[in-house]
Amino acid sequence: MHSSARRRVLPGFGLTLGLSWSYLGLIVLLPLSGLFLKTFSLSWAQFWDTVASPRVLAAYRLSFGAAFLAALLNAVFGLLVAWVLVRYRFPGKALVDALVDLPFALPTAVAGLTLTTLYSRNGWYGQHLEALGFQVAFTPVGIVIALTFIGLPFVVRTVQPVLEDIEADVEEAAATLGATPWQVFTRVLFPSVMPALLSGFTLAFARAIGEYGSVVFISGNMPMKTEIAPLLIITRLEQYDYAGATAIAGVMLAASFALLLAVNLLQRWTQRRFETRPGTG
Amino acid sequence: MHPPSHAPRRDRRLVSGPAAVRWLLISVALAFLGFFLVVPLVAVFTYALQKGVGAYFAAILEPEAWSAIRLTLLAAAIAVPLNLVFGLAAAWLISRFRFPGRDVLLTLIDLPFSVSPVIAGLIFVLLFGRQGWLGPWLAEHDIHIIFAVPGIVLATVFVTFPFVVREVLPIMQAQGHDEEEAALSLGASGWRTFLHVTLPKVKWGVLYGVLLCNARAMGEFGAVSVVSGHVRGVTNTLPLHAEILYNEYNLAGAFAVASLLTVLALVTLAVKKYVEWKAEAP
Repeated sequence: MHSSARRRVLPGFGLTLGLSWSYLGLIVLLPLSGLFLKTFSLSWAQFWDTVASPRVLAAYRLSFGAAFLAALLNAVFGLLVAWVLVRYRFPGKALVDALVDLPFALPTAVAGLTLTTLYSRNGWYGQHLEALGFQVAFTPVGIVIALTFIGLPFVVRTVQPVLEDIEADVEEAAATLGATPWQVFTRVLFPSVMPALLSGFTLAFARAIGEYGSVVFISGNMPMKTEIAPLLIITRLEQYDYAGATAIAGVMLAASFALLLAVNLLQRWTQRRFETRPGTG
Repeated sequence: MHPPSHAPRRDRRLVSGPAAVRWLLISVALAFLGFFLVVPLVAVFTYALQKGVGAYFAAILEPEAWSAIRLTLLAAAIAVPLNLVFGLAAAWLISRFRFPGRDVLLTLIDLPFSVSPVIAGLIFVLLFGRQGWLGPWLAEHDIHIIFAVPGIVLATVFVTFPFVVREVLPIMQAQGHDEEEAALSLGASGWRTFLHVTLPKVKWGVLYGVLLCNARAMGEFGAVSVVSGHVRGVTNTLPLHAEILYNEYNLAGAFAVASLLTVLALVTLAVKKYVEWKAEAP
């Protein structure tokens, strides 16, 4: 950290300040404020008729519901993967660790194409599931699977560093005092990773709500059944219904900002827990 | 939004619980990852090559695929340098100075991560579309942004905005600036100090940030799909071209195009691993 006395010793303050704010303003803030202006220029009736129509409500329910389920799945398996990567040694571990980021580096359209083909009737997974009577592609289950895929790195990468930083002596103390491994996990470890887990869950949830590329192939896009909210925005735009598209987007944007705020608060909580957690050396 | 990257540390406690539990947990985790990540990865290349190597290269080398490759490269060639310059400037600003509005700036930088790609496309349609704010003026002057190349570039710049800052900032913050102050006090100019002292210290983070930014720029689908208009041979990027082939039931062609993007993703991951390994090594 730097003391305030020498903070302006380094050059470039004015240049980088001007550059950062003007670029941010031009590329991000100005275009986004256009959306806000457009939302507020709609009359209440215009806004409400769009947002509360059965088709839009069904799309919101699907987008938020599937995103929530996918984030929940990611919380469970993400914690497990992070735990296994931090605590155990096994062959190929470095490769597995690198692979966790794949959904983040792989274009969403590629994920969508691949998952749809795998789960469709003749696909590697689909043909076996079909024989058992399950259909995944073109159903909400397929949407949850696509969203689980793209959200996978979030929980692992937020929980992993926290698990690594937990000091051994707390666990050892608990074990010395007679706690079973399960008790050590539920009473000592889980409370420590809880904020990070929640933060990873929220990141995965936020990402999944707005996701488009990976979902649009596998969902089948049937109105009222498997039509996600982002797709509905595109449908409205194709009909040159800018007001309708803006109203649907306005609600989603408000949800995104609320989640962004939640993540910021959660991350502050995580840091605080770390700095003040008692009993660590 | 994107997951925070970090360099894993060496294991300290390798024994946790009985061996049976250990192997059960490892098996479940690996089965999950195999099922969700490895099989799809193998599937991309299997489907791409299902009609043979000849058909694979034919799908990549046909004129429409080439024009998609060119447009994808163009969008990335504009978006990445712009976001690189911004990323370095913003990382320098935030890591080196305290000033009013610093926290706000830090939060706003993440905005493009928390906005749905479709909304990222929508905002540019609202600005430049036929019925957008500037639509009539643009039509009058015969300037095409939406359903044309400039719209694709703008949407790409927007969605890849935070990548470089996000990777470089933590490294600049961690490394402090004593060496910069030494260089300055010895009479080096600000630019010289930045180029010869700061940049070499953060180069691996910059490289990874650039690669992530590039992977997303080349792979972006939702935002680009909204502003593209899908004009074959003119406003199709690689992901959009793959979508069109898929919708025409040309599965092998779609996956041939998808495999190019998959190789790019794998290279990005490999560089990430290398950067982490470099950061750990003294």
